[in-house]
Formats: sequence, structure tokens, C-alpha cells
Amino acid sequence: MTVTGVRASARIVARADGRGGTALPVLDGEGPLALRRTRSAGPEAKVMVVGAMSGPLGGDRFTVTARAEQGSRLHIGSAAATLALPGQAKGEARYDVLLHVAGDAELCWLPEQLISAHGSDLRITTRAELEAGARLVLREEQVLGRAGEQPGRLTSRLTVRIAGRTVLDQELACGPGATGGWDGPAVLAGHRAVGQLIVVRPEFAQRPVRAQVLGECAALVPLTGPAALVSAVAPDALRLRRLMDEVLTQLGCGERP
Amino acid sequence: MSRAALLVLADGRFPAGGHAHSGGAEAAVKAGRITSAASLEDFCRGRLHTAGLVASALAAAAALGVEPRELDAAADARTPSPALRTAARRLGRQLLRAARVTWPSAELDVLAREFPKGAHQPVVLGLAARAAGLAPEDAAHCAAYESVSGPATATVRLLSLDPFDATAVLARLAPELDRVADSAVEAARRVADEGADALPAASAPLLEVMAEAHAAWPVRLFAS
Repeated sequence: MTVTGVRASARIVARADGRGGTALPVLDGEGPLALRRTRSAGPEAKVMVVGAMSGPLGGDRFTVTARAEQGSRLHIGSAAATLALPGQAKGEARYDVLLHVAGDAELCWLPEQLISAHGSDLRITTRAELEAGARLVLREEQVLGRAGEQPGRLTSRLTVRIAGRTVLDQELACGPGATGGWDGPAVLAGHRAVGQLIVVRPEFAQRPVRAQVLGECAALVPLTGPAALVSAVAPDALRLRRLMDEVLTQLGCGERP
Repeated sequence: MSRAALLVLADGRFPAGGHAHSGGAEAAVKAGRITSAASLEDFCRGRLHTAGLVASALAAAAALGVEPRELDAAADARTPSPALRTAARRLGRQLLRAARVTWPSAELDVLAREFPKGAHQPVVLGLAARAAGLAPEDAAHCAAYESVSGPATATVRLLSLDPFDATAVLARLAPELDRVADSAVEAARRVADEGADALPAASAPLLEVMAEAHAAWPVRLFAS
């Protein structure tokens, strides 16, 4: 018997409803990527990835596509952390996220942490394509191993393009089988949580954020475009999240009640 | 192609200002993360496979004749730290000044006109190699080697590390350096068909974050 992984995809389209709110004409998810619209006040539509299965496991292929059309406000979160686990199927698991944001639209992609469990092998790509004038808040956090556990292999690439121009392209490879030095003094130095937060706002073109060191192992920096980035490494998931939350609040995009 | 031209370009005494930069080693020494030859080796290995691989591929692509403006933008996207972008442009400008006298070429003149504030150093390095009649493989090796030789010599000064030990670190990294340069050239050759997205984007979060902290120090031995 050949074991094949799970193929799952989720699609979300947000559209201005013409009454100052946001409609979701497409909200398709399945299995590990089941979606729920949740209550939200104001102009934005809020979606949660609730995930009715565990994974991704080895050999799985997950794809999430979200599109915020002109004038819409879309917030996507997840109900729980994503846990990459070893599976029976051969080969790496893949998780691809593709985000499109039209001009005068806003997308917040704020999933919970991705945990790379011992023995897992996951390649995740996140690609955000923004039109001129689009707004984005995107957070990704990776935790290398559950408590006291060696991590699995994890490769993640994050690409952000604004008006056809790549403003950020970063890949991080860690865990067994990754290229040498990944846990050494130049890359992670034993830290077990790593995160990036990118905020795109048209007004940053005129008034970019000022570079700022945040604690010992994090910094807020302006990119070459209307975007700001926080890069952080931390000893554990909790301290990483605390830092990310502080910056979100500082930039005025913290959780609204 | 002249093998001796590669020695001239790769010589640590080539007057391009590289000696003033530690490649992040100064911040790592201060943070207590480089304390010995062993931790220097670990630092250099991590830098080689991240910033070194990216620089190597940029240099190879420039040597192949890929449009410098496209490569410079790709370097910006792969260098989130503004302190590191500034350092890379400063080094690029200094290298260009030296290279234009050493290997006069119309392409280097155009580059100087298009980037008055300097282009990213690996892009200039690739074009300098091209002007010297060198191959993309040579440019890739040169960039990969510089990604580790800078931190190694800086650490000799910062920690009073035995220069023999620091050089032994570089020698031990040589086989990996060859592999990095090979994969950099392979990626660079794909750029013609696939565009700059084919370039590696390997990143080292601590190098980026610590570069920002280092740039804010009131007194430092190295510029980056």
C-alpha cells in the first residue's frame, strides 16, 4: 500500500459589501484547513482557520489562498498552533500561503505559531502580493520543537511584493539536515523561537519607521518600500509572542476588542 | 581568463576597504557568542550558508551579465537591516573606485553613473570580476570567501585569537565554501530564465538584528 499525504486547500475572497462592511463571497476550506467566519465589529470580516485534523504530516500539501479585493478589510487568524509532525507518507510536507491585497484594501494574516516537532520535515512558503496602496499586517512565528524536544526540519520562505517590486525575500532553514551553522552564533544561537512581523502602509513611503532595537534579539526596521519589518529571535514561544504583541500595539495594529 | 587576476581581486590587500568591516563578528564577540576558534568556525559556517550564499549568487549573476539594477533590488529585499544595506553600498562604492582603476571597463563606468551612492558590494564584485576577464565561478568563490575571511581576521583583532587558528578555521571551511559557490552559480544561471526570484534568499536573523544594535554603539572598532 502506498501512503500518500493529505491534500487540503482553503480559499478566501473578501469584497466590500457596499454598506461599509466586508462580505466573504468565497469561504472554502476542508479538513485541516476548515474555516469559520467569526463575529467582528466595524468594517472588517474576521475568519478563523479552525483545522479539524492535525498536521501537516510528512507528504501533506496544504494551500491557503486569500484575496482582499478593493476596499475590503480581511482579518485571518487561527484557532490553535499548527504542529508539523512526522507522517507515514514519504517526503517533506508543504504548506503554501498566497495572499493578494488590492489597493485600498487591508489584510491581516495573524496565525498562531507553527511548531516544528521532532522528526517532522516541512517547507512553508508565504507569498504576499500587494497592489500599490494596499495595507498588510503579517506575522509568522516558528517554534523549534515542543518543550524540551529537538526540532524537526523546517524551511520557511517569506516573500512580499508591492506593486510588482519585491521588498522582502527571506528564507530560514533549520533543524536536522539544514545547512551548517543554523543554530550557531550567526543565525539562531540556540534560540528556539523566531518570528517576523511585516506591516505595509502607503504612508510609510513618506514617513518610514525609524530603525529601533527591541530588547536583546529583535529589531524594527524600515524596508526599501512602504513597509516595516520586525525580526526577532527568543528563547521560547511565550517570550516571542510577548514581544510581537508589544510591537503590534506600538504600531497601532494590536488586537481590537 | 587569467588565474592571477583572481588572486589580485581576492587578495585581502586589494584596496577596497573590507578590512574596516567585521561581518557581524564584533557584535557576536561582544554578546559572548564568539569566544574561541570553535565558535568562530560555527559563526563563519552560519554566515557562509546564509549571507555568503546570497552574496555569492549575486556576484555570479552580475558576472554573467544580469542587469545590475535588478540584482541590486534583489540584494535590498534580502537585506532587511538598513545598517547592513548602508554598509554593503559603502563597500560597493569603495570596491568600484578601486576596480575602475584596476580593470577599466565601460560597464563599471555605467555602474558608477547609475549608483552614485554605491551598489551592493557583491553586485560590484561580480562586475569587477567580469571586467577582469574572470568567470562567474570566480566571482562566486570570491564573494563566498569574503563572507568568512572578514569575520575571521576581525576576530583575531577582537579576541587576540591566534592568527594560525583563525586561518585554520578558513581552511576547514574550504570544502563547504566550494559547494556554496557551486550552488550560487547554479542559481545565478537560472536568473536569466526565472528572474531574480531564482536567487537564494537564505537569511540569518541574528546577523540582521545584531547589525542594528551594533550600528547604534557609540564606540566600535569596525564599521559593521
